[in-house]
Amino acid sequence: MTRVKIGVPSKGRLMEKTFDWFAERGITMKRTGAEREYSGAVEGVEGVDLVLLSASEIPRELAAGRIHMGVTGTDLVREKLAAWETVVEELAPMGFGHADLIIAVPECWVDVETLDDLDAVSAAFRAEHGFRLRIATKYHRLVRDYLRAHGVADYQLVDSQGATEGTIRNLTAEAVADITSTGETLRANHLKILDAAPVLCSQATLFWARGADWSGPAAATLTALRARLGV
Amino acid sequence: MNAAARAEGQRLLGAFQAWGATPVEADVLQPAETLLDLYGEDIRARAYVTQDPLQGEMMLRPDFTVPVVQAHMAGGAEPARYCYLGEVFRKQEGGAARASEYLQVGYEVFDREQPLRADAEVFALFSRMLAGRGLRAAIGDIGLLIAAVRGMPTSETRRAALMRHLWRPARFRALLERYAGRAPLPKGRAALLERLAAGDAIESAAPQIGLRTRAEIETRLIRLAEDAATPAIPADLVDGLETLMGVADKAPVALAQMRDLARAMPWLTPALDLFEQRLAVLDAHFVDVASLDFEASYGRTTLEYYDGFVFGFYAEGRDLPPVASGGRYDALTAVLGQGRSIPAVGGVIRPALLVELEGRA
Repeated sequence: MTRVKIGVPSKGRLMEKTFDWFAERGITMKRTGAEREYSGAVEGVEGVDLVLLSASEIPRELAAGRIHMGVTGTDLVREKLAAWETVVEELAPMGFGHADLIIAVPECWVDVETLDDLDAVSAAFRAEHGFRLRIATKYHRLVRDYLRAHGVADYQLVDSQGATEGTIRNLTAEAVADITSTGETLRANHLKILDAAPVLCSQATLFWARGADWSGPAAATLTALRARLGV
Repeated sequence: MNAAARAEGQRLLGAFQAWGATPVEADVLQPAETLLDLYGEDIRARAYVTQDPLQGEMMLRPDFTVPVVQAHMAGGAEPARYCYLGEVFRKQEGGAARASEYLQVGYEVFDREQPLRADAEVFALFSRMLAGRGLRAAIGDIGLLIAAVRGMPTSETRRAALMRHLWRPARFRALLERYAGRAPLPKGRAALLERLAAGDAIESAAPQIGLRTRAEIETRLIRLAEDAATPAIPADLVDGLETLMGVADKAPVALAQMRDLARAMPWLTPALDLFEQRLAVLDAHFVDVASLDFEASYGRTTLEYYDGFVFGFYAEGRDLPPVASGGRYDALTAVLGQGRSIPAVGGVIRPALLVELEGRA
């Protein structure tokens, strides 16, 4: 018989907040076994198993149908899954883990406020330096789609998996596209956010996987769970 | 890859060879840098990028044009005619019904002496090879649009900005509307201009970080002030340019419409004369010019290297990519030729689509 597997971030505040969110809706999630063992249990609804995973792997597991439901950031789903709407569906934004994906440039660029400025500066930068203006990010797909939609040209994306705000000072990028919640790290690194709609406003979200095995009792379990969660 | 498509590809390649083209090969793995530099970041969304431990970033061949041009520039005789057959690879996101790996059979002409004749030769050859398939042909001429922009009575900065976005129609139109004074300035620009006009020092307390220097920022501020002092492009010219970009009719009718527009934009006339001569040469190549569809904006949304005559062949009423497409790319040869250039025109056919259409008929 098919049990519904629900993937939840395996550690930290994201895990705690997720457990709280389900608890408020009468479903208890908890880690079981030893302190460092990644196993868990779900109480309050029948037929559901808890799978503890890295938040960044949850989109992939959803897409593969290895988990039926999962909690992760909308940013990760949209970056990692092409045509994400055909693969997963958002059941509920969960009201925590808020972060905006934004584009930031050095604060000393007094001539740059908007994407329009960024585009003009990219053209001039390429002419002056002989290569395209570099934007450091780990959100390649999202940023590329966004810049294309806004008609920005003559830039290139360079990969940065961490400490992205430092790339400008280190002369490995001219601008950054990164997740921020308070903007504090950006300010500390003398960067300012462009005056434009964020590339994406992300928050922790509960998804279900269209491609998972919903045969047998699994579909009924989903219905019961949705009724219970009110989503 | 289906066998029927390959056989059809071989047949077409044979026809190109019989016509006098030299068959050429190109590596499937192409250095990513050249392609990225040409097409920009958008190519990454379309092409497969992979990593070679010694050669660095490589791309699965997204088209043949670049390697064929490189091979020619490295020592081809002139004039030259080349043909090729092979797979190209393009990511297909969000839909996935379209093939991401397919055969292209192509034909390219490098001819310095008679570019109009070369345009007509390629189009007429494709027309003959695709005759009887029920395809609709459409042509365009990016050269007309380039001439329209280059002649606009405004600053070189504005003309350059418009040229740069010629291949991004939405952005192009937004810029044009702003230069006409009909669209608002970007946020914060007005305040910045006021401070510049008042002679304020525009400085930031933040440290100067990154590769972009204070001098570059100063230069841009001067450009912004200059641009603010540039008179608006007269509304009738902006409307005329937008009308031109929207012209779509049978080629001779379209020509008459554009001749009309050239009364207000006389700088269009040399390009229109060329266009008219091309129609005459096409006619001499037995192309039925009177029933040929012309679209002024044709080729503006493809990868940005076509800069003259462009064409495509479509299966009407089918949700298929163009069965064949091509055009002139003189500027590309200059970029890849390291100082040398040669007028070039060519096109590709997708044999698998021909097989698919035949199967249905």
